[in-house]
Amino acid sequence: MRYLPKSPADRAAMLKAIGTRSVDDLFSPIPAEYRLTRDLAVPRQMAESEIVDWFKQRAKENGEGYTSFLGAGAYAHYRPVVIDALVQRGEFLTSYTPYQAEFAQGTLQAIFEFQTMISELTGMDLANASMYDGSTAAAEAVMMAVRVTGRHSAVIARNLHPEYREVLHTYATHQAIPQKLVGYTSTGQIDIKELEKSVSDDTACILIQSPNFFGTIEDVESVAQIAHKHGALLIVSIAEAVSLGIVEPPRQADIVAMEAQSFGVPVGFGGPYCGVLATKEKFVRQMPGRLAGQTVDRNGKRGFVLTLATREQHIRREKATSNICTNQALVALMVNIFMTVYGKVGLRELAKQNMAKAAYAADQFVQHAKVLFGTAPRFNEFVLETNEDPYAINSRLLGHKIVGGLPLKKFYPELGDAALWCCTELTTRSMIDTAVGLVAEGQPSVRSMKETEEQEVAR
Amino acid sequence: MKSITRKATRHVNQNEGLIFEKSSPGKAAWKLTPLDVPEVDTAKLLGKQERKDLGHMPEVSEIEIIRHFTRLSTWNYAIDLGMYPLGSCTMKYNPRVNEFVARVEGLANSHPYQAEKISQGALQIMKTLSDCLLEITGMDAITLQPAAGAQGEMTGLLMVRAYHESKGNARKKILIPDSAHGTNPATAASVGYAVENLKSNDRGMVDVAALAAQMNEDVAALMVTNPNTLGVFEQEIHKIADLMHEKGGLLYMDGANMNALVGKTRPGDFGVDVMHLNLHKTFSTPHGGGGPGSGPVAIKKILEPFLPTPVVVTKSDGTLGFEYNRPQSVGRVRAFYGNFGMFIRALAYIFANGPDGLRQTTEDAVLNANYIRKGLEGTYDLPYDTPSMHEVVFSDKLQSKKGVKTMDLAKRLIDYGFHPYTTAFPLIVPGALMIEPTESEPLEELDLFIEAMKSIADEVEEDPQFVLDAPHNTRISRLDETAAARKPVLRWKPEHQVG
Repeated sequence: MRYLPKSPADRAAMLKAIGTRSVDDLFSPIPAEYRLTRDLAVPRQMAESEIVDWFKQRAKENGEGYTSFLGAGAYAHYRPVVIDALVQRGEFLTSYTPYQAEFAQGTLQAIFEFQTMISELTGMDLANASMYDGSTAAAEAVMMAVRVTGRHSAVIARNLHPEYREVLHTYATHQAIPQKLVGYTSTGQIDIKELEKSVSDDTACILIQSPNFFGTIEDVESVAQIAHKHGALLIVSIAEAVSLGIVEPPRQADIVAMEAQSFGVPVGFGGPYCGVLATKEKFVRQMPGRLAGQTVDRNGKRGFVLTLATREQHIRREKATSNICTNQALVALMVNIFMTVYGKVGLRELAKQNMAKAAYAADQFVQHAKVLFGTAPRFNEFVLETNEDPYAINSRLLGHKIVGGLPLKKFYPELGDAALWCCTELTTRSMIDTAVGLVAEGQPSVRSMKETEEQEVAR
Repeated sequence: MKSITRKATRHVNQNEGLIFEKSSPGKAAWKLTPLDVPEVDTAKLLGKQERKDLGHMPEVSEIEIIRHFTRLSTWNYAIDLGMYPLGSCTMKYNPRVNEFVARVEGLANSHPYQAEKISQGALQIMKTLSDCLLEITGMDAITLQPAAGAQGEMTGLLMVRAYHESKGNARKKILIPDSAHGTNPATAASVGYAVENLKSNDRGMVDVAALAAQMNEDVAALMVTNPNTLGVFEQEIHKIADLMHEKGGLLYMDGANMNALVGKTRPGDFGVDVMHLNLHKTFSTPHGGGGPGSGPVAIKKILEPFLPTPVVVTKSDGTLGFEYNRPQSVGRVRAFYGNFGMFIRALAYIFANGPDGLRQTTEDAVLNANYIRKGLEGTYDLPYDTPSMHEVVFSDKLQSKKGVKTMDLAKRLIDYGFHPYTTAFPLIVPGALMIEPTESEPLEELDLFIEAMKSIADEVEEDPQFVLDAPHNTRISRLDETAAARKPVLRWKPEHQVG
């Protein structure tokens, strides 16, 4: 086996040194009746070239070369090549959690820079070293709010990513955190009146998403006022991190629960991604997840360590703030490098391009279909209502190697034939025009025009 | 000091500040394509929601970024540099072909919501990995959704709870041996169970008599790590399973130490009902400085109705798809389908090994641990002389007589060019030195490690203060962790704002 660095002679010498006759003797603690005496029924050992071929074949069956208008929590942005060049350095790729600080300063300083940049972008005082993803970050934020306020229930926007809501539901059920859902208005934003009625003295937090699942930007300030008036915390979930380049961050929030995938992480069929929590300084001791902090060594030299570990499971066991252990360090490093590449000016320009593409697409589609929630500001996604079933539209688009928007009826039955479309800086004008043309083919006005033309041609 | 240079030596190392300290206006590492649609007036579209300033985000060029992160990387130790003997962490070689195939276009670029029709490749990867893991564990069904080991534990216990609820009584507590990893009790608490500790016997195993006494109808499950954190196989595991099952309880196995078992025995065969795997341990996906992980949960048939949604199924037309309609499901634990990129890597590892390679891997892992045990026996105290599997746990009993603790020995090991072993647990061994070499170490590296540990033991006798002051050869000496926690500085601020 090519990964195993031993010759038969090495193994024999080691057994001799141990004083054992055969390697099987080392497995004698396993009762004989449970020892496996056959080969595992897994595929035979493959050559590297066979492995590469097998996965390339799977890639061909997986939409390779398709153009996509999907977003909804997973966004296709350009990934500068320096990201993979750097994260594949063995010293980052093959190191462990930096518990031994003297031997892991590279990872620790990178985390410290990551925490700083996330804080800057979200408008919060500080951020942790990452969480599993945006959905679990949102769930952990709610549990954090319960600890901070000593209250027990949560008010959740229905236009929060439906899968985030499902994850939160799973987490909250056994923490005895009742959740109240609040609907949206014709702008796609949270219904402020309904929200006001839903918040009570037992509300630990209000959780909204902005830009929300429909791509519209929430009026965070108004929601914050309601939360704070009732002594509850405001949690803002951000699924599309690039929006932070041009959209005012939720500075009035108490906790930001973010998915940073947009910052240089492959869409990769849904993971691994990079959740992050950011918060106000006064709440830091209730925040879950690893934190890197600055300190000095015995000679007064600056260095970094994992800190405030008394919140964590390996010290506190069942009294920990969370059971989280592993975070997403290497993915956070991708995010870190992406933020460094684009920086103060580039992120803003990138965000502007995203907005421009989505605005152009919406303007084109609106000639053949209805753009819902059109009156509120939005970032790079919009909801398109068609006369034709969006699944039928998507089938037609697939024939042209285009993946259309996400049909919403599965999550929002009341929206009928609506779909969520996304454009990023990678979406070209010609892609948009092609998709618009294909969507238009199914709309009655166009269909009749086309039929008339065909009849004329036939004549 | 004598043999320190055999593995490591001093080397010129670049200094590097924080990225913010290199930033200045006008530098850039990015270039966008020309916009092919009309520009938008963001102020008009966003109104008061328009962001005017991005604060202290850096402005640097590409070469500075390359140098910055490359310099930082050289301050890390890594498996690629040498043995990383962290007990229970399984720091094995991370094959490069895994990284290559995970980045193949079509896999890396695929969207979780694209139609199943054009997702057959990804689904096939999930199905094939699932089948392999079920064969390896001897279990009946599996979910790949949990993002890491701790989330796998949570998912497993949620299914345990749902199972008991379906029988009319969720039960109240989870039994956890005192040798367990810290995530076990934290997880049990997170799903609303009380934790009851189970004492180990004098051989470091679950005390079966104590278990029999503590087991009753209030106990939902026992969470056992096997081999446990002492590296000891629970020889009475089937008796343990029977005790649980007799009273209607379930047996949960923490699969953190599965690297000792693959191809040699199967948890499903010795009575385990539910277990999680750590793909970032046993199946070679990289630790990456602390993640991403991946924590699939394998279960017996009785728990299948409770799997998180969605579940990968073969449809009537032979294609693969996701099934969402599962009324008894515990729900979702993560958006989308889990850490898919890790599934690719783990499957590539299984392909590279095949059945013979997987077995040889396990044998070499156990051989290496026993070789180290033999080499250091006598030099370090061995609190339990029960046979070791893939890891061995010594204590600092002999060295602490000179005031030198396990963490001090660990810091001195850094000077010898090795990453320290695990010092934090198992809690049942005061001053533990928990050593797991994995199969990836050649004989030469093992000998260097044994020599280094022996040399440190000599130093403790000759000059304990020298060991207490270690490390001596790193960029920085021991850091003031107390100050870091008392007055946390968790982010950079420009100098005029400090204070």
